[in-house]
Amino acid sequence: MQKAIIQLEPLICPSCIQKIEGAVKSLDGVDKESVNISFNSSKVKLNFNDEKISIQDIENAIGRIGYKVIKSQSKAI
Amino acid sequence: MQRLILNKKNHIMILNAVLISFAFLSKWTAQNMEIFVWSMAAASVLGVLPVAIQAYQALRVKVVSIDLLVTIAVAGAFAIKNFEESAIVTFLFLFGAYLEQRTLNKTRSAIKELVEMAPESALKLMDDGEFEEVDIEEVDAGDILLVKTGAKIPVDGTVLTGGGFINEASINGESLPVSKQKGSKVYAGTILENGTIQILAERVGEDTTFGRIIELVEEAQDSKSEVERFIDKFSKYYTPAVLILSVIVLMLSRNIELAITILVLGCPGALVIGVPVSNVAGIGNGARNGILLKGSEVINDFSKVDTIVFDKTGTLTIGNPKVADVEFYTENPDEVSGYLASIEKESAHPLAKAVLEYIGDTRLYTVEKTDVVKGSGIIAVVNGHRVAVGNEVLMEKENINLDEKVRTDIARFQQKSNSIVLTAVNGKIVILIGIRDRIRPGVKEDLKKLKKLGVKNLTVLSGDNQGTVDLVARELDLTEAHGHMLPEDKAAYIKELQKKGRIVAFVGDGINDSPSIALAQIGIAMGGGTDVAIETSDVVLMNSDFSRLPHALGLAKATARNMRQNIIIAVGVVLVLLAGVFLSEWVNMSIGMLVHEASILAVILNGMRLIRYRLRF
Repeated sequence: MQKAIIQLEPLICPSCIQKIEGAVKSLDGVDKESVNISFNSSKVKLNFNDEKISIQDIENAIGRIGYKVIKSQSKAI
Repeated sequence: MQRLILNKKNHIMILNAVLISFAFLSKWTAQNMEIFVWSMAAASVLGVLPVAIQAYQALRVKVVSIDLLVTIAVAGAFAIKNFEESAIVTFLFLFGAYLEQRTLNKTRSAIKELVEMAPESALKLMDDGEFEEVDIEEVDAGDILLVKTGAKIPVDGTVLTGGGFINEASINGESLPVSKQKGSKVYAGTILENGTIQILAERVGEDTTFGRIIELVEEAQDSKSEVERFIDKFSKYYTPAVLILSVIVLMLSRNIELAITILVLGCPGALVIGVPVSNVAGIGNGARNGILLKGSEVINDFSKVDTIVFDKTGTLTIGNPKVADVEFYTENPDEVSGYLASIEKESAHPLAKAVLEYIGDTRLYTVEKTDVVKGSGIIAVVNGHRVAVGNEVLMEKENINLDEKVRTDIARFQQKSNSIVLTAVNGKIVILIGIRDRIRPGVKEDLKKLKKLGVKNLTVLSGDNQGTVDLVARELDLTEAHGHMLPEDKAAYIKELQKKGRIVAFVGDGINDSPSIALAQIGIAMGGGTDVAIETSDVVLMNSDFSRLPHALGLAKATARNMRQNIIIAVGVVLVLLAGVFLSEWVNMSIGMLVHEASILAVILNGMRLIRYRLRF
């Protein structure tokens, strides 16, 4: 299991959070309960199983709904 | 393709404005309706593109967003050939989003400043024995790092070799640089002003004290109070509900214009953003001023505080007692001082430290048969004499008489808010020492400010004797004072207050008073940068600076007030618009969108006022 911290461009709309949540929670390999999106610091924190999905896949999913990923890091937990 | 369009939102917005102005121009000057209509149509299509894309992306993850409502509204306006309205609505929506982004960024700038102070790289000792600059993320605990003069310490760790002076202002506000040598602890985010050191990394990144503070500020800004959680749940159902309402109105009234106007009105934008914006701005202001309010629930509770309970030593006082007055009742002051010093040397009591400091170098004797009497003092045999050191209670126990002179002196000392230490040799009083723990400078004024802010009860609790505590209370104009309190007693006292319905804040030292800090609705630890203080307090005074307390309280009240204002603005505007739509004619789609965006900006701007909040008395 890995913990990911993904930094996005500043979020401005309240519904952005719902959109991003919807997008990442539906990914296979992402631990739904661990998904935490911080509106003010524009960060997505979540735990994922790196055997089922890569951090790149998660970034792509977020990018597909229109949010730019600035940088991300993951470490084993 | 989608990404491209979304990236160019600002350009689209400007182009949109140009097309609309062009349209109006040709209508008014050239009277050319055809160009007017085409320009407006073009503007609408152009403007709705990014919005429609966002709506679609949201739908893909099963979210009904405001983009969807606006897109449908624009399509509807298009359908009834009202190109003017559709163009204006798209422009207003885009422009509104643009302004929101600018202002929100300003509101969040306080935390950005903090984050920017975090170190980004370090000089790490590599396998080849050379130091190489690496990204801070590649540093792990156990690495050896080199820090040169002028550089930021990148991690929490211990000095292995070298030495220098470090400015730790970013952690605890101390402006004087601290000397560090082998074995000293160093902290991430502080600056090595002078010298060169090699350090062993112990805690990295988010685990450093600095990282923890940043994380706490971020968490605090995002923490939702009950009100906010309610609003969040409310808005999830609200948006689809508006869609349905609009459809119903359409079917009942066959008035497309009315239906799409409702679509535009019914977005809870201002309400959803209103409370968090105040929260972020308030916490940001706090962070800039050395105060961390851990979330909007804390802000709400703190703003309603009516009783503040203080620990005495180390909180109201400097915590560094010093001998203030001495009286000898013997012809051999040096000898008895030596006895006293010998006994005090074995005591860990803070008063002992003050006595030893005062006596200084003196002949020491062997101490035997030490008997510590809890709360009263020590009895021992020194140089063959029975020596008793302690307070009046101990002297009474020893059946030692305090004659007239001694009593007068004691009274005199206590008048000057001294803790007294009596020394008796073989049943006779020989020394009287008065020890004073100075009240922190400025505390009296700070307490006055707290009262002005509406705190009705200021109480002091202390392990010290009632006499000293009463003196402190009198000097500082406190409501109540209780002495002889052990940590459990203090906690019990707080419980009693809470039973009576009071909202209590407790200010104390992070380590001994943790039960009280945990019990009080608002716990404030004066531990400065220590982990204990940071983790356990609800309000952290980052530099252990008591004078920040009035600002913290004022800020909490101002922030709570601001949130309420925003809620009123948001709800009020929606109500007025709804009334306008149903009861009168002047509310059309464009006006609706304009007022809606204006209300969002209004709450953001209102929230921004908190950034510059200052206590004004």
